[in-house]
Amino acid sequence: MSSIEERVKKIVAEQLGVKEEDVKPEASFVEDLGADSLDTVELVMALEEEFETEIPDEEAEKITTVQLAIDYIKENLG
Amino acid sequence: MVSPLGNTLGETWSAVLAGTSGAAPIETFDVSAFSTRFAATVKNFDPTPYMPEKEARKMDVFLQYGLVAAIQAMEDCGIEVSEQDAPRIGACIGSGMGGIQAIENNAMLIAEKGPRRVSPFFVPGAIINMVAGNLSIKYGLKGPNLSTTTACTTGTHAIGLGMRCIQYGDADVMVCGGAEMVTTPVGLGGFCAARALSTRNDDPQAASRPWDRDRDGFVLGEGAGVLVLEEYERAKARGAKIYAELSGFGMSGDAFHMTSPPEDGAGAALSMQNALNDAGLTADGIQYINAHGTSTPLGDKAEIKAVHSVFGSAADKLAVSSTKSMTGHLLGAAGAIEAIFSVLALRDQVAPPTINLENQDEACNGINLVPMETQEASIDAVLSNSFGFGGTNGSLIFKRV
Repeated sequence: MSSIEERVKKIVAEQLGVKEEDVKPEASFVEDLGADSLDTVELVMALEEEFETEIPDEEAEKITTVQLAIDYIKENLG
Repeated sequence: MVSPLGNTLGETWSAVLAGTSGAAPIETFDVSAFSTRFAATVKNFDPTPYMPEKEARKMDVFLQYGLVAAIQAMEDCGIEVSEQDAPRIGACIGSGMGGIQAIENNAMLIAEKGPRRVSPFFVPGAIINMVAGNLSIKYGLKGPNLSTTTACTTGTHAIGLGMRCIQYGDADVMVCGGAEMVTTPVGLGGFCAARALSTRNDDPQAASRPWDRDRDGFVLGEGAGVLVLEEYERAKARGAKIYAELSGFGMSGDAFHMTSPPEDGAGAALSMQNALNDAGLTADGIQYINAHGTSTPLGDKAEIKAVHSVFGSAADKLAVSSTKSMTGHLLGAAGAIEAIFSVLALRDQVAPPTINLENQDEACNGINLVPMETQEASIDAVLSNSFGFGGTNGSLIFKRV
Protein backbone atom coordinates (compact mmCIF):
# COMPACT_ATOMS: atom_id res chain seq x y z
CA MET A 1 0.00 0.00 0.00
CA SER A 2 1.37 3.40 -1.01
CA SER A 3 1.60 6.12 1.57
CA ILE A 4 -1.00 8.89 1.75
CA GLU A 5 1.60 11.31 0.33
CA GLU A 6 2.18 9.14 -2.71
CA ARG A 7 -1.49 8.58 -3.35
CA VAL A 8 -2.29 12.29 -3.11
CA LYS A 9 0.58 13.20 -5.45
CA LYS A 10 -0.50 10.60 -7.97
CA ILE A 11 -4.06 11.93 -8.04
CA VAL A 12 -2.93 15.54 -8.33
CA ALA A 13 -0.63 14.63 -11.23
CA GLU A 14 -3.40 12.70 -13.02
CA GLN A 15 -6.11 15.28 -12.49
CA LEU A 16 -4.07 18.32 -13.41
CA GLY A 17 -2.11 16.68 -16.20
CA VAL A 18 1.31 17.47 -14.67
CA LYS A 19 4.38 15.33 -13.96
CA GLU A 20 4.54 13.67 -10.55
CA GLU A 21 7.96 15.18 -9.87
CA ASP A 22 6.42 18.66 -10.19
CA VAL A 23 3.87 17.87 -7.51
CA LYS A 24 5.95 19.21 -4.61
CA PRO A 25 4.39 19.53 -1.14
CA GLU A 26 4.43 23.33 -1.22
CA ALA A 27 2.99 23.52 -4.77
CA SER A 28 -0.21 25.54 -5.11
CA PHE A 29 -2.80 23.95 -7.38
CA VAL A 30 -3.74 27.22 -9.03
CA GLU A 31 -0.49 29.16 -9.02
CA ASP A 32 2.06 26.40 -9.61
CA LEU A 33 0.18 23.56 -11.25
CA GLY A 34 -2.06 25.48 -13.66
CA ALA A 35 -5.44 24.54 -12.20
CA ASP A 36 -8.54 26.69 -12.60
CA SER A 37 -11.50 26.79 -10.21
CA LEU A 38 -13.26 23.87 -11.90
CA ASP A 39 -10.06 21.79 -11.85
CA THR A 40 -9.81 22.20 -8.09
CA VAL A 41 -13.43 21.08 -7.62
CA GLU A 42 -12.71 17.96 -9.64
CA LEU A 43 -9.46 17.36 -7.78
CA VAL A 44 -11.26 17.37 -4.45
CA MET A 45 -13.81 14.92 -5.88
CA ALA A 46 -11.00 12.61 -6.96
CA LEU A 47 -9.49 12.76 -3.46
CA GLU A 48 -12.89 11.95 -1.93
CA GLU A 49 -13.19 8.98 -4.25
CA GLU A 50 -9.67 7.68 -3.56
CA PHE A 51 -9.94 7.98 0.21
CA GLU A 52 -13.61 7.09 0.43
CA THR A 53 -14.43 10.20 2.38
CA GLU A 54 -16.51 13.33 2.01
CA ILE A 55 -14.83 16.72 2.21
CA PRO A 56 -17.29 19.52 3.08
CA ASP A 57 -17.20 22.48 0.68
CA GLU A 58 -15.96 24.91 3.34
CA GLU A 59 -13.02 22.58 4.08
CA ALA A 60 -12.40 21.90 0.39
CA GLU A 61 -11.94 25.63 -0.26
CA LYS A 62 -9.00 25.70 2.16
CA ILE A 63 -7.14 22.87 0.39
CA THR A 64 -5.04 24.95 -1.98
CA THR A 65 -1.68 23.14 -1.91
CA VAL A 66 -0.46 19.56 -2.08
CA GLN A 67 0.63 19.63 1.56
CA LEU A 68 -2.74 20.96 2.74
CA ALA A 69 -4.42 18.07 0.93
CA ILE A 70 -2.09 15.55 2.55
CA ASP A 71 -2.65 17.12 5.97
CA TYR A 72 -6.41 17.10 5.59
CA ILE A 73 -6.52 13.45 4.58
CA LYS A 74 -4.20 12.44 7.44
CA GLU A 75 -6.21 14.32 10.04
CA ASN A 76 -9.59 13.12 8.85
CA LEU A 77 -8.82 9.54 8.01
CA GLY A 78 -7.22 8.65 11.33
CA MET B 1 -12.82 16.63 -40.92
CA VAL B 2 -13.24 13.65 -38.65
CA SER B 3 -15.40 10.99 -40.25
CA PRO B 4 -16.12 7.27 -40.33
CA LEU B 5 -13.86 7.19 -43.41
CA GLY B 6 -10.83 8.90 -41.91
CA ASN B 7 -9.66 11.45 -39.39
CA THR B 8 -8.52 14.02 -41.95
CA LEU B 9 -10.14 15.55 -45.01
CA GLY B 10 -7.65 13.94 -47.41
CA GLU B 11 -8.18 10.45 -46.04
CA THR B 12 -11.95 10.84 -46.06
CA TRP B 13 -12.21 12.25 -49.57
CA SER B 14 -10.01 9.48 -51.04
CA ALA B 15 -12.23 6.89 -49.38
CA VAL B 16 -15.36 8.63 -50.72
CA LEU B 17 -14.06 8.64 -54.30
CA ALA B 18 -13.11 4.96 -53.93
CA GLY B 19 -16.65 4.14 -52.79
CA THR B 20 -15.74 2.88 -49.30
CA SER B 21 -18.25 2.16 -46.56
CA GLY B 22 -17.45 3.33 -43.03
CA ALA B 23 -19.97 1.03 -41.32
CA ALA B 24 -18.84 -1.56 -38.79
CA PRO B 25 -20.19 -3.50 -35.80
CA ILE B 26 -20.36 -1.38 -32.63
CA GLU B 27 -17.74 -2.56 -30.17
CA THR B 28 -17.68 0.24 -27.60
CA PHE B 29 -20.62 -1.06 -25.55
CA ASP B 30 -22.77 -4.17 -25.33
CA VAL B 31 -25.24 -3.96 -28.22
CA SER B 32 -26.68 -7.47 -27.98
CA ALA B 33 -30.12 -6.23 -26.89
CA PHE B 34 -30.40 -3.53 -29.60
CA SER B 35 -32.23 -4.10 -32.89
CA THR B 36 -29.36 -2.37 -34.75
CA ARG B 37 -25.85 -3.43 -33.73
CA PHE B 38 -23.62 -1.48 -36.13
CA ALA B 39 -22.85 2.12 -37.03
CA ALA B 40 -20.47 4.20 -39.14
CA THR B 41 -18.07 4.93 -36.31
CA VAL B 42 -14.91 7.01 -36.22
CA LYS B 43 -11.84 4.77 -36.02
CA ASN B 44 -8.49 5.23 -34.22
CA PHE B 45 -9.31 8.75 -33.12
CA ASP B 46 -6.62 10.46 -31.04
CA PRO B 47 -7.20 14.10 -30.02
CA THR B 48 -3.82 14.52 -28.30
CA PRO B 49 -1.89 15.84 -31.33
CA TYR B 50 -4.43 18.71 -31.26
CA MET B 51 -4.95 19.35 -27.53
CA PRO B 52 -3.47 18.25 -24.20
CA GLU B 53 -4.93 15.07 -22.78
CA LYS B 54 -6.12 17.01 -19.75
CA GLU B 55 -8.25 19.30 -21.96
CA ALA B 56 -9.61 16.42 -24.02
CA ARG B 57 -10.76 14.62 -20.87
CA LYS B 58 -13.04 17.52 -20.01
CA MET B 59 -14.89 17.28 -23.32
CA ASP B 60 -17.53 14.92 -24.57
CA VAL B 61 -16.31 13.06 -27.66
CA PHE B 62 -18.47 15.21 -29.98
CA LEU B 63 -16.57 18.28 -28.77
CA GLN B 64 -13.25 16.56 -29.40
CA TYR B 65 -14.32 15.65 -32.95
CA GLY B 66 -15.55 19.19 -33.58
CA LEU B 67 -12.49 20.89 -32.19
CA VAL B 68 -10.09 18.63 -34.10
CA ALA B 69 -11.97 19.29 -37.36
CA ALA B 70 -11.98 23.03 -36.63
CA ILE B 71 -8.24 23.12 -35.88
CA GLN B 72 -7.59 21.27 -39.15
CA ALA B 73 -9.71 23.86 -40.99
CA MET B 74 -7.92 26.77 -39.31
CA GLU B 75 -4.55 25.29 -40.28
CA ASP B 76 -5.67 24.68 -43.86
CA CYS B 77 -7.04 28.20 -44.37
CA GLY B 78 -3.87 29.87 -43.11
CA ILE B 79 -5.63 32.77 -41.38
CA GLU B 80 -3.55 34.48 -38.72
CA VAL B 81 -5.74 35.92 -35.99
CA SER B 82 -4.23 39.32 -35.18
CA GLU B 83 -5.46 41.51 -32.35
CA GLN B 84 -6.92 43.88 -34.92
CA ASP B 85 -8.76 41.18 -36.89
CA ALA B 86 -9.98 39.10 -33.94
CA PRO B 87 -13.32 40.94 -33.50
CA ARG B 88 -14.11 40.26 -37.18
CA ILE B 89 -13.53 36.49 -36.97
CA GLY B 90 -16.24 34.25 -35.51
CA ALA B 91 -17.48 30.70 -35.34
CA CYS B 92 -20.82 28.97 -35.87
CA ILE B 93 -20.52 25.25 -35.16
CA GLY B 94 -23.48 23.16 -34.10
CA SER B 95 -24.53 19.72 -33.01
CA GLY B 96 -27.84 17.91 -33.26
CA MET B 97 -27.76 16.28 -29.84
CA GLY B 98 -24.63 17.45 -28.03
CA GLY B 99 -22.89 15.53 -25.27
CA ILE B 100 -25.14 12.52 -24.96
CA GLN B 101 -22.33 10.35 -23.64
CA ALA B 102 -21.48 12.84 -20.92
CA ILE B 103 -25.16 13.13 -19.99
CA GLU B 104 -25.46 9.34 -19.77
CA ASN B 105 -22.30 8.93 -17.74
CA ASN B 106 -23.24 11.62 -15.25
CA ALA B 107 -26.81 10.36 -14.92
CA MET B 108 -25.42 6.94 -14.03
CA LEU B 109 -22.99 8.48 -11.55
CA ILE B 110 -25.89 10.22 -9.79
CA ALA B 111 -27.86 6.99 -9.65
CA GLU B 112 -24.91 5.05 -8.26
CA LYS B 113 -23.08 7.54 -6.07
CA GLY B 114 -25.27 10.61 -5.63
CA PRO B 115 -25.11 14.19 -6.90
CA ARG B 116 -21.72 14.99 -5.35
CA ARG B 117 -20.05 12.90 -8.05
CA VAL B 118 -21.26 14.98 -11.01
CA SER B 119 -18.20 16.47 -12.67
CA PRO B 120 -17.73 20.25 -12.62
CA PHE B 121 -16.84 19.83 -16.28
CA PHE B 122 -20.10 18.08 -17.11
CA VAL B 123 -21.96 21.18 -18.29
CA PRO B 124 -19.16 22.86 -20.27
CA GLY B 125 -18.16 19.42 -21.52
CA ALA B 126 -21.59 18.52 -22.87
CA ILE B 127 -23.42 21.62 -24.13
CA ILE B 128 -23.82 22.11 -27.84
CA ASN B 129 -22.11 25.47 -28.32
CA MET B 130 -18.78 24.42 -26.83
CA VAL B 131 -17.04 23.52 -30.09
CA ALA B 132 -17.40 27.17 -31.10
CA GLY B 133 -16.61 28.23 -27.52
CA ASN B 134 -13.42 26.21 -27.21
CA LEU B 135 -12.30 27.23 -30.69
CA SER B 136 -12.76 30.88 -29.85
CA ILE B 137 -10.70 30.46 -26.68
CA LYS B 138 -7.94 28.57 -28.50
CA TYR B 139 -7.51 31.07 -31.34
CA GLY B 140 -8.76 34.28 -29.73
CA LEU B 141 -11.73 34.61 -32.10
CA LYS B 142 -13.74 37.57 -30.80
CA GLY B 143 -16.43 37.79 -33.48
CA PRO B 144 -19.88 36.14 -33.32
CA ASN B 145 -19.77 32.87 -31.40
CA LEU B 146 -22.75 30.74 -32.37
CA SER B 147 -24.16 27.30 -32.55
CA THR B 148 -27.09 25.83 -34.41
CA THR B 149 -29.13 22.84 -33.34
CA THR B 150 -31.65 21.85 -35.97
CA ALA B 151 -31.38 18.05 -35.96
CA CYS B 152 -29.92 16.69 -39.20
CA THR B 153 -29.88 20.13 -40.82
CA THR B 154 -27.60 21.60 -38.11
CA GLY B 155 -24.41 21.62 -40.19
CA THR B 156 -26.08 23.15 -43.24
CA HIS B 157 -27.78 25.84 -41.18
CA ALA B 158 -24.52 26.62 -39.37
CA ILE B 159 -22.80 27.30 -42.69
CA GLY B 160 -25.74 29.27 -44.05
CA LEU B 161 -26.03 31.42 -40.94
CA GLY B 162 -22.27 31.95 -40.96
CA MET B 163 -22.65 33.23 -44.52
CA ARG B 164 -25.39 35.61 -43.38
CA CYS B 165 -23.15 36.93 -40.58
CA ILE B 166 -20.60 37.90 -43.21
CA GLN B 167 -23.20 39.31 -45.62
CA TYR B 168 -24.82 41.34 -42.85
CA GLY B 169 -21.48 42.74 -41.75
CA ASP B 170 -21.18 41.05 -38.36
CA ALA B 171 -17.93 39.35 -39.34
CA ASP B 172 -15.43 38.93 -42.19
CA VAL B 173 -14.53 35.33 -41.42
CA MET B 174 -16.74 32.59 -39.96
CA VAL B 175 -15.55 29.11 -39.04
CA CYS B 176 -18.62 26.94 -39.58
CA GLY B 177 -19.73 23.33 -39.28
CA GLY B 178 -21.15 20.61 -37.10
CA ALA B 179 -20.08 17.79 -34.79
CA GLU B 180 -21.88 14.69 -33.56
CA MET B 181 -21.28 11.55 -31.55
CA VAL B 182 -24.34 9.66 -30.30
CA THR B 183 -23.12 6.11 -30.75
CA THR B 184 -24.02 5.45 -27.12
CA PRO B 185 -26.73 3.28 -25.52
CA VAL B 186 -29.21 6.18 -25.25
CA GLY B 187 -28.46 7.56 -28.72
CA LEU B 188 -28.62 4.20 -30.46
CA GLY B 189 -31.64 3.13 -28.40
CA GLY B 190 -33.53 6.28 -29.33
CA PHE B 191 -33.01 5.90 -33.06
CA CYS B 192 -33.77 2.15 -32.87
CA ALA B 193 -37.03 2.93 -31.11
CA ALA B 194 -37.94 5.51 -33.74
CA ARG B 195 -37.51 2.71 -36.33
CA ALA B 196 -35.18 5.01 -38.21
CA LEU B 197 -32.16 2.72 -38.50
CA SER B 198 -31.30 -0.08 -40.90
CA THR B 199 -31.28 -3.47 -39.16
CA ARG B 200 -29.04 -5.16 -41.71
CA ASN B 201 -26.83 -6.51 -38.92
CA ASP B 202 -25.42 -9.33 -41.05
CA ASP B 203 -23.94 -6.90 -43.59
CA PRO B 204 -23.34 -3.40 -42.15
CA GLN B 205 -21.39 -2.16 -45.16
CA ALA B 206 -24.37 -2.79 -47.44
CA ALA B 207 -26.88 -1.23 -45.04
CA SER B 208 -26.76 2.39 -46.20
CA ARG B 209 -28.28 2.11 -49.69
CA PRO B 210 -30.09 5.30 -50.64
CA TRP B 211 -32.74 4.90 -53.38
CA ASP B 212 -32.14 1.14 -53.56
CA ARG B 213 -35.36 -0.86 -53.40
CA ASP B 214 -33.98 -2.89 -50.44
CA ARG B 215 -33.13 0.10 -48.23
CA ASP B 216 -34.47 -0.19 -44.70
CA GLY B 217 -33.35 2.87 -42.77
CA PHE B 218 -30.26 4.97 -42.18
CA VAL B 219 -26.93 4.03 -40.66
CA LEU B 220 -25.91 6.04 -37.63
CA GLY B 221 -22.68 7.95 -38.26
CA GLU B 222 -20.44 10.18 -36.14
CA GLY B 223 -17.73 12.79 -36.67
CA ALA B 224 -17.36 16.45 -37.52
CA GLY B 225 -16.89 18.74 -40.48
CA VAL B 226 -15.73 22.36 -40.33
CA LEU B 227 -15.01 24.84 -43.10
CA VAL B 228 -13.93 28.47 -43.15
CA LEU B 229 -16.02 31.16 -44.86
CA GLU B 230 -14.23 34.38 -45.67
CA GLU B 231 -15.43 37.58 -47.28
CA TYR B 232 -14.26 37.39 -50.90
CA GLU B 233 -12.21 40.58 -51.16
CA ARG B 234 -10.43 39.79 -47.90
CA ALA B 235 -9.63 36.26 -49.06
CA LYS B 236 -8.39 37.50 -52.43
CA ALA B 237 -6.26 40.21 -50.86
CA ARG B 238 -4.39 37.78 -48.64
CA GLY B 239 -3.90 35.26 -51.47
CA ALA B 240 -6.01 32.62 -49.74
CA LYS B 241 -6.52 29.14 -51.15
CA ILE B 242 -10.14 29.61 -52.29
CA TYR B 243 -12.01 26.35 -52.82
CA ALA B 244 -15.35 27.79 -53.94
CA GLU B 245 -17.84 30.60 -53.55
CA LEU B 246 -20.78 29.96 -51.23
CA SER B 247 -23.43 31.65 -53.31
CA GLY B 248 -26.81 30.50 -52.07
CA PHE B 249 -28.60 29.46 -48.88
CA GLY B 250 -32.23 28.39 -48.58
CA MET B 251 -34.33 27.24 -45.64
CA SER B 252 -37.85 25.98 -45.08
CA GLY B 253 -40.09 24.08 -42.67
CA ASP B 254 -42.30 21.10 -43.56
CA ALA B 255 -45.14 21.90 -41.14
CA PHE B 256 -46.07 18.23 -41.38
CA HIS B 257 -44.78 15.56 -38.97
CA MET B 258 -42.13 15.11 -36.25
CA THR B 259 -39.98 12.62 -38.16
CA SER B 260 -41.46 12.08 -41.65
CA PRO B 261 -41.40 14.39 -44.66
CA PRO B 262 -44.55 14.93 -46.75
CA GLU B 263 -44.67 12.46 -49.64
CA ASP B 264 -44.29 15.17 -52.28
CA GLY B 265 -41.20 16.65 -50.62
CA ALA B 266 -42.73 20.14 -50.71
CA GLY B 267 -40.56 21.44 -47.86
CA ALA B 268 -37.41 20.10 -49.49
CA ALA B 269 -38.41 21.70 -52.79
CA LEU B 270 -39.00 25.08 -51.15
CA SER B 271 -35.60 24.91 -49.47
CA MET B 272 -33.85 24.17 -52.80
CA GLN B 273 -35.82 26.88 -54.61
CA ASN B 274 -34.95 29.44 -51.94
CA ALA B 275 -31.27 28.56 -52.31
CA LEU B 276 -31.47 28.94 -56.09
CA ASN B 277 -33.16 32.30 -55.70
CA ASP B 278 -30.54 33.41 -53.20
CA ALA B 279 -27.76 32.41 -55.60
CA GLY B 280 -29.52 34.08 -58.53
CA LEU B 281 -29.50 30.82 -60.46
CA THR B 282 -32.09 28.95 -62.45
CA ALA B 283 -32.46 25.18 -62.19
CA ASP B 284 -30.18 24.52 -65.16
CA GLY B 285 -27.33 26.28 -63.34
CA ILE B 286 -26.74 23.29 -61.03
CA GLN B 287 -24.91 20.17 -62.23
CA TYR B 288 -24.47 18.16 -59.03
CA ILE B 289 -26.63 17.69 -55.92
CA ASN B 290 -25.26 16.14 -52.77
CA ALA B 291 -28.59 14.80 -51.57
CA HIS B 292 -29.77 14.36 -48.01
CA GLY B 293 -30.46 10.74 -49.14
CA THR B 294 -30.39 8.91 -45.82
CA SER B 295 -31.58 5.49 -47.07
CA THR B 296 -34.98 5.66 -45.40
CA PRO B 297 -37.95 4.42 -47.44
CA LEU B 298 -39.95 7.68 -47.26
CA GLY B 299 -37.28 10.36 -47.16
CA ASP B 300 -35.38 9.19 -50.23
CA LYS B 301 -38.52 9.17 -52.36
CA ALA B 302 -39.71 12.57 -51.17
CA GLU B 303 -36.36 14.17 -51.97
CA ILE B 304 -36.38 12.83 -55.53
CA LYS B 305 -39.91 14.13 -56.01
CA ALA B 306 -38.75 17.49 -54.74
CA VAL B 307 -35.81 17.50 -57.17
CA HIS B 308 -38.17 16.77 -60.07
CA SER B 309 -40.53 19.53 -59.01
CA VAL B 310 -37.77 22.15 -58.72
CA PHE B 311 -35.57 21.10 -61.63
CA GLY B 312 -38.17 19.94 -64.15
CA SER B 313 -36.51 19.01 -67.42
CA ALA B 314 -33.13 20.18 -66.09
CA ALA B 315 -33.18 17.11 -63.83
CA ASP B 316 -32.09 15.02 -66.82
CA LYS B 317 -28.64 16.59 -66.79
CA LEU B 318 -28.14 16.46 -63.04
CA ALA B 319 -25.96 14.08 -61.09
CA VAL B 320 -27.47 13.44 -57.66
CA SER B 321 -25.68 11.27 -55.12
CA SER B 322 -25.77 10.40 -51.46
CA THR B 323 -22.40 10.21 -49.75
CA LYS B 324 -24.30 8.89 -46.72
CA SER B 325 -24.15 5.56 -48.52
CA MET B 326 -20.50 5.61 -47.37
CA THR B 327 -20.32 7.82 -44.28
CA GLY B 328 -23.62 6.87 -42.71
CA HIS B 329 -25.71 9.71 -41.32
CA LEU B 330 -23.70 12.10 -39.18
CA LEU B 331 -26.87 13.91 -38.02
CA GLY B 332 -25.79 17.41 -36.92
CA ALA B 333 -22.45 17.03 -38.71
CA ALA B 334 -23.95 15.62 -41.92
CA GLY B 335 -24.63 18.94 -43.62
CA ALA B 336 -21.13 20.14 -42.77
CA ILE B 337 -19.22 17.16 -44.16
CA GLU B 338 -21.51 17.08 -47.19
CA ALA B 339 -20.97 20.77 -47.89
CA ILE B 340 -17.25 20.01 -47.88
CA PHE B 341 -17.76 17.01 -50.20
CA SER B 342 -19.77 19.30 -52.50
CA VAL B 343 -16.94 21.81 -52.59
CA LEU B 344 -14.42 19.07 -53.40
CA ALA B 345 -16.72 17.67 -56.10
CA LEU B 346 -16.59 21.14 -57.65
CA ARG B 347 -12.81 21.36 -57.26
CA ASP B 348 -12.11 17.89 -58.69
CA GLN B 349 -14.97 17.91 -61.25
CA VAL B 350 -16.38 14.60 -60.06
CA ALA B 351 -19.66 13.32 -58.70
CA PRO B 352 -18.96 11.00 -55.76
CA PRO B 353 -20.92 7.75 -55.86
CA THR B 354 -24.00 6.38 -54.17
CA ILE B 355 -22.68 2.97 -53.17
CA ASN B 356 -24.95 -0.05 -52.66
CA LEU B 357 -27.39 1.33 -55.22
CA GLU B 358 -27.81 -2.02 -56.97
CA ASN B 359 -31.51 -2.00 -57.80
CA GLN B 360 -32.88 1.51 -58.07
CA ASP B 361 -36.33 2.01 -56.56
CA GLU B 362 -38.63 2.67 -59.52
CA ALA B 363 -40.17 5.58 -57.66
CA CYS B 364 -36.74 7.26 -57.85
CA ASN B 365 -36.19 6.82 -61.59
CA GLY B 366 -35.40 9.52 -64.11
CA ILE B 367 -32.30 10.92 -62.42
CA ASN B 368 -28.62 9.95 -62.56
CA LEU B 369 -28.07 8.84 -58.96
CA VAL B 370 -24.38 8.05 -59.58
CA PRO B 371 -24.70 4.35 -58.71
CA MET B 372 -21.72 2.46 -57.31
CA GLU B 373 -18.83 4.45 -58.83
CA THR B 374 -17.53 8.01 -58.95
CA GLN B 375 -18.30 9.79 -62.22
CA GLU B 376 -16.32 12.52 -63.92
CA ALA B 377 -18.52 15.54 -64.42
CA SER B 378 -18.42 19.09 -65.65
CA ILE B 379 -19.63 21.11 -62.67
CA ASP B 380 -20.04 24.86 -62.27
CA ALA B 381 -22.35 24.82 -59.26
CA VAL B 382 -23.40 22.27 -56.66
CA LEU B 383 -26.29 22.11 -54.24
CA SER B 384 -26.16 20.33 -50.88
CA ASN B 385 -29.37 19.37 -49.07
CA SER B 386 -30.16 18.60 -45.44
CA PHE B 387 -33.53 17.77 -43.91
CA GLY B 388 -34.11 17.15 -40.22
CA PHE B 389 -36.57 15.87 -37.66
CA GLY B 390 -39.11 18.55 -36.94
CA GLY B 391 -39.32 19.19 -40.67
CA THR B 392 -36.39 21.61 -40.79
CA ASN B 393 -34.73 21.97 -44.18
CA GLY B 394 -31.64 23.69 -45.54
CA SER B 395 -29.84 23.90 -48.89
CA LEU B 396 -26.49 25.42 -49.82
CA ILE B 397 -25.15 26.28 -53.27
CA PHE B 398 -21.43 26.51 -54.03
CA LYS B 399 -20.02 27.88 -57.28
CA ARG B 400 -16.64 27.71 -58.94
CA VAL B 401 -14.54 30.82 -58.50
